[in-house]
Amino acid sequence: MTGIAESGGVLRFLTRRRNEGRIHWTDVATWMWLISGLILMFGPVIWLGLSSLKTRAALTEFPPTLLPLATKEVRVEGFANPLPLFVVKLEDGTERELAQVRRVGIRARMVDPADPTKTFDVPIEARTAVREVSPAWENYTEPLQRFAFVRFFGNSLFVTIVATIITLIVNSMAAFALAKYQFRGRGAIMAFIVSTLMIPLSVILIPLFMVINGLGLFNSLWGVILPTVATPTGVFLLRQYMLTIPDEMLEAARMDKASEWQIYWRIILPLTAPALAVLAIFSVMWRWNDFLWPLIVLSRQELFTLQIGLSSFAGELNVQWHYVLAMTFVTMLPVVFVFGLLQRFITTGIAGTGMK
Amino acid sequence: MHLLLAPVRWLMHLIGVPLGWVQRTFGMGGMAAVFLAPNLLVFSVFIVFPIGVNVWYSFTGGAALFPAGRVFVGTEQYDLLLACDSYLDPFSCRQDRFWKGVHNTAFFVVAQVAAMVAAALITALVLNREIRGRGFWRAVFFFPVLLSPVVVGLMWKWILLRDGALNALLVSLGYQRIEFLTDPQWAMFWVIFVSVWAHLGFYALILLAGLQAIPHDVYEAAKMDGTPAMRVFWRITLPLLWPTMLVVLVLASIRAVQVFDDAYVLTGGGPGTATFFIVQYIYETGFAGAARNLGLAAAASMLMALVLVVLTLAQLGITAWRDRQEGKR
Amino acid sequence: MSDLVLSSIRKSFGTVDVIHGVDLTVTDGEFVVFVGPSGCGKSTLLRIIAGLEACTSGDILLDGRRVNDVAAADRGLAMVFQSYALYPHMSVRQNLSFGLENARMSKAEITQRVGEAARMLRIEELLERKPRQLSGGQRQRVAIGRAIVRRPGIFLLDEPLSNLDAELRVAMRGELASLHKRLAATMIYVTHDQVEAMTMADRIVVLRGGRVEQIGPPLELYNRPANRFVAGFLGAPRMNFLAARPAGRDLILADGTRVPVAVDLAPVAGQDVTLGIRPQHLRPADGGGIPATATLVEQLGSETVVHARSDALGALIVAVPGQVRLADGETVHLAFDPADAHVFGPDDRALPHVETAGA
Ligand SMILES: Nc1ncnc2c1ncn2[C@@H]1O[C@H](COP(=O)(O)OP(=O)(O)O)[C@@H](O)[C@H]1O
Ligand SMILES: [Mg+2]
Repeated sequence: MTGIAESGGVLRFLTRRRNEGRIHWTDVATWMWLISGLILMFGPVIWLGLSSLKTRAALTEFPPTLLPLATKEVRVEGFANPLPLFVVKLEDGTERELAQVRRVGIRARMVDPADPTKTFDVPIEARTAVREVSPAWENYTEPLQRFAFVRFFGNSLFVTIVATIITLIVNSMAAFALAKYQFRGRGAIMAFIVSTLMIPLSVILIPLFMVINGLGLFNSLWGVILPTVATPTGVFLLRQYMLTIPDEMLEAARMDKASEWQIYWRIILPLTAPALAVLAIFSVMWRWNDFLWPLIVLSRQELFTLQIGLSSFAGELNVQWHYVLAMTFVTMLPVVFVFGLLQRFITTGIAGTGMK
Repeated sequence: MHLLLAPVRWLMHLIGVPLGWVQRTFGMGGMAAVFLAPNLLVFSVFIVFPIGVNVWYSFTGGAALFPAGRVFVGTEQYDLLLACDSYLDPFSCRQDRFWKGVHNTAFFVVAQVAAMVAAALITALVLNREIRGRGFWRAVFFFPVLLSPVVVGLMWKWILLRDGALNALLVSLGYQRIEFLTDPQWAMFWVIFVSVWAHLGFYALILLAGLQAIPHDVYEAAKMDGTPAMRVFWRITLPLLWPTMLVVLVLASIRAVQVFDDAYVLTGGGPGTATFFIVQYIYETGFAGAARNLGLAAAASMLMALVLVVLTLAQLGITAWRDRQEGKR
Repeated sequence: MSDLVLSSIRKSFGTVDVIHGVDLTVTDGEFVVFVGPSGCGKSTLLRIIAGLEACTSGDILLDGRRVNDVAAADRGLAMVFQSYALYPHMSVRQNLSFGLENARMSKAEITQRVGEAARMLRIEELLERKPRQLSGGQRQRVAIGRAIVRRPGIFLLDEPLSNLDAELRVAMRGELASLHKRLAATMIYVTHDQVEAMTMADRIVVLRGGRVEQIGPPLELYNRPANRFVAGFLGAPRMNFLAARPAGRDLILADGTRVPVAVDLAPVAGQDVTLGIRPQHLRPADGGGIPATATLVEQLGSETVVHARSDALGALIVAVPGQVRLADGETVHLAFDPADAHVFGPDDRALPHVETAGA
């Protein structure tokens, strides 16, 4: 009896290390990967956010500061404009905060803000600027006012919303027919739709451009929207989902005198809502982020989507990084917002459908 | 909600009126046609018809946009594209930019896919462990997937500039600055790095789903046998994950062949043609600049399509094979 | 409330023939049950009547009008599905009113009909709930309610009780029967459960392999089954079948026992026949009869079911009313009234009984 109990104890001792006890090297590796992932994935975004709040002058500094800093300024009696504040090492070795009145060559004339009658004349190496966090919000407000970014934003919004609505309707209708009707050539149509997966837009740019021109859709947001609304992935995803709706439900509706159109929009659409939501999220992501095709279709600036506007703005000879960074952040914001809201839904949706 | 739905209802009702007539006149078959029509119309006009036209364009020359104005030139465009003394040396080709693009793309596909699969696999393995806050970590790695290529490109460009954050870090550590974006090798490295960064989370999620489909008891049996962690990985995890890995490999390759936008924003194809890829060649040949040549661009895209079709068929084959394997189990 | 005539209905799915010519007349207000083993075509026949499936040939007449080409929605029938097929995204009230709205009925009328059906089925408190918030029995009521509000000519029910637990099934059986009386409606009910068929039907239609085996009131089918299949299908425990050979007016069983039967054996003289005798009609006799060994005795209280074996005859089941003391392994002699015997010819058809003066 005791022998068995003892060997049980030994076994537990031998296996404990693996289960709960000491830390295994894989645990260390796991956390190292996670932490470096966190830094690598979020670092650039945070850096972008912080940089977008720096003034134009602060952006040219090297090495850059982490936070958007600006020299602190104080109002001093007897001076019309606010004066920049410095910490000055005086000749007697003491340090004082003084405001600079003016700089002459290698010397600067300083004044004590507390007592404006006291002035000092110091070498410029002896002073360092007092800086405080001061976000340059004008990086955001100015391009939105001066340039057409609000317009770009509106165009992107229009394209995204309209394309997504049409995508959902057109694809769900086709999926319904392919899932719930028996007709000759159904398999062929399905195979045909899936096979177009092989030909991405980047392969048919030239003829598609011709078609868009022929239809008079060049330089029209509809030219951006229409070619993208029939996605094979969408049809496929929705059809798979609709196949799980029992046929008896449709038959019950037919007995209830519902027309086929009513069955589609009053029974099928509500019941397909989860799959429609997944497709909607992806459609929003795709259309918001589209670059190459809008770049080809849209040549007039007032029609630019945010992505095109941003890249053309960033591509100008004299890159105004303070504006570019702010607008990049703005462009990113809706997607980040949607992701924050629907994170779990999106990641499980992707894992389930493998689409992107 | 009800108020919001009222116009929708009304609209659907309105659409239903003519459709009711269709259903009475043509029966269920007619309705199937009605439901399919919009999709097939868009498909035909914007995908199928262009595919056909693309073939025709690749055999024509001239500057006209519409087929009527284009002259048949036979395989001239292909001959031009394929005219090379040695395919290993782009500068011995008449279309040296095209071949530079082919070389760069081939290199990119191999390097990026390898790096991507390795990183995604490690990430998936890590996320599959019993870690605290798994949902959060999953989101961390996935989040860049949603960002647009323009945003990704600009964000990294800002970091990699001569006076950017990365160089500041190097200097503070006592190193020299590096011209990340104007040195050809470094530029290619960063194009690959950024593209892995942006898409890693997507493939990690697919692999994670594959990992989670591996039955738990297999691991428990291995644990009972006292199998070391690395051995568990090589002898159990990897073989069972292999079908998913294949799908990821092909999917990643299909995307990598089409590399364009994030690289374009990051480096503009430069320095020189160091990060110049096929899609950029098609874009520039067909649309940018005065000397645009639609026929040549169409021919180039036909060659690219060939690669993509092969890859996609491989993927479909693998998927079918995997389904059969699962059916056997 | 309509009557229905099916004549020579045939149905094939591709090359597979599923219904092989069914003729049937259902009169107004009747409760007809289709019963048969799984896969025999009951649902298919019901769906043909409903209009959800087109028949390959034959005519369907509703109130004398041929409705083969009339769409399901326009036949004025209602169907209760086995899975209930409730619309999961609609409340109970919406489920009930959906069909009425489609028929462009006035709001007031809809409210009135839904209220009436809800009262009848006692689901008034459930009207605002979604189907997933209901129990199985409640869902069942809603499914029936959805048919009731339509006031259909004929109710078609496809195994409506098969998803309920045993207790609920018995309760709902009663409710359905009383509902049928109250509505005075024509109902066609599909089931594979012979108890349901026996307890509810005015007339039973026994189907096998897409053919009608027999049509008639429950007791007629029970007492005078037309063939061996119907005899075996109806009644529990199952009828005993014993190989036999006619000898004059009697039968000789495989073990040599000679038993008298009230059946005209002249047509099958010299051929192998089957003796059918229900477990309830066998009784232990003091002497004579068929000898067998009890292998299992089930005491149900109200009756005793004895499973017995005889080397020559095989297994036999006997159901004796009351409580009979009997030990396993004990030998029993079994006897029966000749009038209760069924004899099936080599073609499995039942031979006609003779009314003997003595019996
Ligand atoms: N849509 C169909 N296609 C092919 N065969 C079918 C179809 N529906 C039913 N069947 C076949 O018809 C036979 C009868 O089916 P059914 O009427 O559902 O039987 P049950 O009596 O169990 O309700 C079965 O053998 C079934 O396999
Ligand atoms: Mg059935």
